[in-house]
Amino acid sequence: MTERADFTIDGRPAEAEAGVSLLAALWNEGVRAVRTSVTGEARGPLCGMGTCFECRVTVDGQAHVRSCLTPVRDGMSVELQSASVPDEATLTESSPPGSTEERLHAEVVVVGGGPAGLAAAVHAAEAGARTLLVDTYPRPGGQIWRHRADPPAAASDWIARFVSARVTPLVGATVVDATAQELLLDHAGRPRRVRFDRLVLATGARELFLPFPGWTLPGVLGVGGAQAMLKAGARFSRKRVVVAGSGPLLVAVAAALAKDAASIVGLAEQAPLGRLAAVGAGLWRTPRKIAEGLGYAARLVGVPWRTGAWVREVEHEHGTLRATLTDGSRTWSWDCDVLACGYGLVPNLELARFLGCRTAADRVVLGTAQQTSVPGVFAAGELGGIAGVGHALVTGAIAGLAAAGREVPAALARRRARELAFAARLGHAFVLRDELRGLAHPDTPVCRCEDVAAGRVEGVASSREAKLATRAGMGPCQGRVCGPALGFAHGWPSDNIRPPFFPTPLAVLAQGNDEARDPM
Amino acid sequence: MSSSPSVIVVGAGVVGSACAEALAEAGCRVSVLDAAFPGAGVTGAAMGHLVVMDDSDAQFALTSYSRHLWSERAAALPPEVEDEACGTLWVAVDDEEMTHVRKKAAYYSERGEVVEVLDSHALRQAEPQLRAGLAGALRVPDDRVVYPPAAARHFLERARARGAEVQTGAHVEELAPGRVRCAGGWREADLVVNAAGPEAPRLTPGLPIVPRKGHLVITDRYPGFLHHQVVELGYLKSAHTLTRESVAMNVQPRRTGQLLVGSSRELVGWDASLNRALLARMLRRAAEFIPSLPRLDALRTWTGFRPATPDKLPLVGMWEKGLWIAAGHEGLGVTTAPGTARLLVDLILERRPAIDPAPFDPRRSMPAHD
Repeated sequence: MTERADFTIDGRPAEAEAGVSLLAALWNEGVRAVRTSVTGEARGPLCGMGTCFECRVTVDGQAHVRSCLTPVRDGMSVELQSASVPDEATLTESSPPGSTEERLHAEVVVVGGGPAGLAAAVHAAEAGARTLLVDTYPRPGGQIWRHRADPPAAASDWIARFVSARVTPLVGATVVDATAQELLLDHAGRPRRVRFDRLVLATGARELFLPFPGWTLPGVLGVGGAQAMLKAGARFSRKRVVVAGSGPLLVAVAAALAKDAASIVGLAEQAPLGRLAAVGAGLWRTPRKIAEGLGYAARLVGVPWRTGAWVREVEHEHGTLRATLTDGSRTWSWDCDVLACGYGLVPNLELARFLGCRTAADRVVLGTAQQTSVPGVFAAGELGGIAGVGHALVTGAIAGLAAAGREVPAALARRRARELAFAARLGHAFVLRDELRGLAHPDTPVCRCEDVAAGRVEGVASSREAKLATRAGMGPCQGRVCGPALGFAHGWPSDNIRPPFFPTPLAVLAQGNDEARDPM
Repeated sequence: MSSSPSVIVVGAGVVGSACAEALAEAGCRVSVLDAAFPGAGVTGAAMGHLVVMDDSDAQFALTSYSRHLWSERAAALPPEVEDEACGTLWVAVDDEEMTHVRKKAAYYSERGEVVEVLDSHALRQAEPQLRAGLAGALRVPDDRVVYPPAAARHFLERARARGAEVQTGAHVEELAPGRVRCAGGWREADLVVNAAGPEAPRLTPGLPIVPRKGHLVITDRYPGFLHHQVVELGYLKSAHTLTRESVAMNVQPRRTGQLLVGSSRELVGWDASLNRALLARMLRRAAEFIPSLPRLDALRTWTGFRPATPDKLPLVGMWEKGLWIAAGHEGLGVTTAPGTARLLVDLILERRPAIDPAPFDPRRSMPAHD
């Protein structure tokens, strides 16, 4: 029997399966538009994993809460219109946050609890280093192994080793500031300082979104976004779904949605078939083969597949989304309830860059032991190249061993080379076509936090200038969504992030940086 | 000086841009050079509080003149300048400070500024988020708030519309009367105006300007949380005592509903890194006045460098023949940009300025920096 949570949405009673995310609970109650944007547009979730800030709601009087990161709780009172004035009673009745500050120290601190972070923490701890792992989510596993009750089979072994190696888990905690020796965390609204001797960055990747007309309509999600929501308990049964964009995730997510009894209207991959076939050494000869290769074909029987095709725009009519697609010569429409559209992954380089780690071509420059250009700082997983779970596990292992002062076995280095070579072939197959650079119309929002239209950033020369001239990138996501999109469209490098890396109560900055703190 | 000289303005911050606008309006042929883009330096880091200040008669004269110029053009400012006539509350914590509030009120009103003295109760009514038990405040209703980089761009747009040429990404390597060296080549004009803010002494050695670092924090959107820019009366002490480090409560509601929380001052050269202990002190100081502030989400912190002079007044006027200065505005560059521009143009065109220019003469005698 499943436990249930009773909560309210704008005062209306609602219920959810206990343990699902608040976002999933809202979605399952039929809520698509969860917030109103700064110019009054209705908005719904996009990324599903804490990056885009489109799913913010007011929870028990606290404004700007990301519902995707918040488990639904019995008795929760949820208001959909964010940006409300915090009511004075709520603000003053409880003690201010941040009044208990704790300082921790570990020889090896790992940031990120996905496969790379887990492997790093397990190897460092098994090698004898006192190890601590920080992750924003309540459970380790990252996006790929995100789970509610039991972890997926591939993850359970690692989680068991994580426990037996006595890694200190610090979950539900987000790094908001960092110096050369220390991290400042927001741990459920309270500051925590973690001092490290060596640091392993395993901050993973997020989805690349390319703005097109209609991409801000509620019901337009990321591909990874749909997957993350599904894993967090959102139901897609009987929903008509179009899956589009680029990358191996499309097929996997279409199959997962189909398993949840969604009706997949169609699947559109922007890469041309010829490129997929040329790169895939037989596996990618036809789209159907892709599915077979990955074991998904049975779930996608009869689904229209298009390669070399992309979404040009989406409109909303009488509760239905109408996606207009094109392959460059022909255009057609697919009606749907949900459009899942994403263009692959971009690494979360913000913390690495802030610490001064050298980056090039959107990855951290790494040595053979996964060391960055900053002494004592290592990086693993997608930070070293978007290369999937196998690469994440092996580079995590190398980084963990190196951070614990161990030699790196040659076998691991060979595995890493194989994984990277495979990833390079995949990356080549799914390289983004030039037509996608110009999808946004002048009035299409590019910055969803501040509602800055594409036309307004014409004529500026950098991300930083765009920020100061138009506010693009100045919202709570700090340019995590529009930065890579503008980078792809205009060739601008991302502007450096400023603390706090994620929004955090002022109390965390005030209490977490007291006078006793050593100078940098 | 001929009636419409050609002028090169170095620096497209809010001061340089306002000067370019005023010069172009006066019929001068204007070129603006900026190493990066409009508002990229101290303007982009600034709070944008348009405030009348009374550290000295001269400071009052320039800030009052300038703020009136801002008010006159408010209706014509484009929305992205985010102009908001929120007024200032100078908050007094005790009776001693209330005595000061009354003196300040008298000084302002004698000089034609509208002010209102609020007692403890009226202050609570005006700003319910301020803690109970404060003694009162001076309300200056005509003070305003703008978004400084957008203001700089607006001034430049207007200068362009009158024929000014604006070159961004143009790093000036050397500057001399009537000419500047940029990308290896010399460019000439009748006059050069150094409006490079904290960078001004690099180009004109001998200018008594040092970078005075400040921290700011901006929050997420909480519309209606505050209604005025609230500043503790002790801010004057913080702003005007050139000690190494100081903080004062200074919190601004922006039109977006965001709050901008300051302020700190320190002299540490050009080290732009966060001074986390000072930042924490600054936030705790603000929380002493606004108890629920710590619960609001911070979005970003940053630092910037105010161009500070030893006597706390800007340098506006001729440095030598062919070379003019409009720099050294410390924390008042946004407020005083329009007044500075008028003053400069009047001096260049040998017209009678609206305020006495002598206190701003760049060649005046000044104490050395601490």
